[in-house]
Amino acid sequence: MTASDVTLPRADRPRRERRRVMGAGKQLHAGPVTYLVLTLFALVSLAPLVWTAIAASRTDRRLAETPPPLWFGGNLFKNMQTAWDEAGLGTAMFNTTFVAATITVSTVLFSTLAGFAFAKLRFRFSGVLLMLTIGTMMVPPQLAVVPLYLWMADLGWSNQLQTVILPTLVTAFGTFFMRQYLVQALPTELIEAARVDGASSLRIVWHVVFPAARPAMAVLGLLTFVFAWNDFLWPIIALNQENPTVQVALNSLGTGYVPDQAVIMAGALLGTLPLLIAFLLFGKQIVGGIMQGAIKG
Amino acid sequence: MSSPKQALAQPASSADAAPGEQPGAAGRAHGRGTPDPGRSSWRSRLYRWDMKASPYAFISPFFIVFGAFSLVPLLYTAWYSLHNVQLANLDSQTWAGLDNYRNLLSSDFFWNSLWVTFTVGVISTVPQLLMALGLAHLLNYKLRGSTVWRVVMLTPYATSVAAATLVFVLLYSWDGGMINWILDFFGIDPVNWRESDWGSKFAVSSIVIWRWTGYNALIYLAAMQAIPSDLYESASLDGANRWQQFRHVTIPQLRPTILFTVVVSTIGATQLFGEPLLFGGVSGSKGGSEHQYQTLGLYMYDQGWIIGNLGKASAIAWTMFLILLIIGVIQMLISRRLRKSQ
Repeated sequence: MTASDVTLPRADRPRRERRRVMGAGKQLHAGPVTYLVLTLFALVSLAPLVWTAIAASRTDRRLAETPPPLWFGGNLFKNMQTAWDEAGLGTAMFNTTFVAATITVSTVLFSTLAGFAFAKLRFRFSGVLLMLTIGTMMVPPQLAVVPLYLWMADLGWSNQLQTVILPTLVTAFGTFFMRQYLVQALPTELIEAARVDGASSLRIVWHVVFPAARPAMAVLGLLTFVFAWNDFLWPIIALNQENPTVQVALNSLGTGYVPDQAVIMAGALLGTLPLLIAFLLFGKQIVGGIMQGAIKG
Repeated sequence: MSSPKQALAQPASSADAAPGEQPGAAGRAHGRGTPDPGRSSWRSRLYRWDMKASPYAFISPFFIVFGAFSLVPLLYTAWYSLHNVQLANLDSQTWAGLDNYRNLLSSDFFWNSLWVTFTVGVISTVPQLLMALGLAHLLNYKLRGSTVWRVVMLTPYATSVAAATLVFVLLYSWDGGMINWILDFFGIDPVNWRESDWGSKFAVSSIVIWRWTGYNALIYLAAMQAIPSDLYESASLDGANRWQQFRHVTIPQLRPTILFTVVVSTIGATQLFGEPLLFGGVSGSKGGSEHQYQTLGLYMYDQGWIIGNLGKASAIAWTMFLILLIIGVIQMLISRRLRKSQ
């Protein structure tokens, strides 16, 4: 059993590297038409966001007129201020930062532990449990919200942040993602060697698994943060405008809480800004994470 | 919890060997080696206990939370779907048998929501995946600033459903909206995106397409980069042009990935909720004046939290689950067939 363990990653890795080199060799240089079409795609990707900022800098009355504004006006900060104070975006940003940060830390930690166990340790029912984890990735959140709502009502937790934190502390995706990464990135010899040295499993996790998993943990952290920031269905059921997350506040804006289109756009902009900044800083890592997660498919 | 006990009962091998050794002293000196039977039994016992129990300790935080908040609710939802549970009176939950399901099957709005989910699902998924495939092909060329292009294509993914929909509502507004203004520019009459049947379905789908095309393109791109180049070399030796290479090398090689994205997109489309809710504005849960974009997910929210019938909402949730199971089985059969034919 150890022999196959040890040889598997060895046989696996050079093959993958060879593939990548060969793949890179076939890449053709892009011509002008490629750049033109890509520019069109890029415009469609970015234009709605740029226009959000334009609309957020105008007035409600101007947005009802034809033609729609194509350049910035002078009301951006005034509208943002209104969204921040009156639409509860201020509270919401604080709440969502706290919720998303908590969820990210716990998801990354517990996914790494469980992913390591699934990737490298032998235990009964591991196959069945892994299948269960993968299978439930396909179950929509709708299948959980009615009982969750009733339980939270029973506990008297309505409108408290733990209602949206607790159910999302771990994700099946995270566990699967870390498992896939550790299967090939963590040499089994390393664990065996640590065991021979008399290290306990906890020490192995701390000194061998975490260092090896660090790049994937960072990527999973980013993906989880984006997911938690944008989570919609359960938060809008569990919370209301008295103690909103960003998505709850935006939902309130959309249903006429502050009937001013420019303020609504300012709210949408504010609620997206932290993630846009994250993309600006870590875009490469996020792209890498999505592409890495894809190969398993 | 039975495993540690089992482990404690087992270390017979270490107990009956080499009685002369001092337990603690040997530990440090030649503690480098698999626990040989000559050493302290408590150490090897600890080692075995650690080996047996730690995997369960590592997966337990995940499975406790996951079980409590995903698996158990799944079953409870089935249980509630067989009860009469009203939001206004949560304390009295009476057995209802299959009433909620019967109620659903005889409701026009239920069948309407299935139709809407299907049509919006097709309109949003098919063009999205086709465009993603083309985009991935372009991104696979050697590009200046390839990372920048990829990040730009993924930017819509950073925008939440709520933020994106609020913006698109304004872009699609009947009077003074950007999209009707552009259409007018080309001499096309303004479309009532909110009220018209197909117009609103298209508008809701376009939000999904905008948010997810770049994401899927990156997934295809990852798979394209894993295709061995000798396949292309031999294809070009056979005289295949670029389009033929794309058609006969790239697409067949991408089959598993395409199937994967189809599965994921189908799941996403079946539970579509936020886009139609916010597209509808004040009375969003109805999905338009004629329910023309009330998806199954939206219908569930409307029945559960606007009308206040949580038992019926549970029945809708389980119907959604059953539909996904059926789709899953069909897709599994297709993929098995594809694998055989390859």
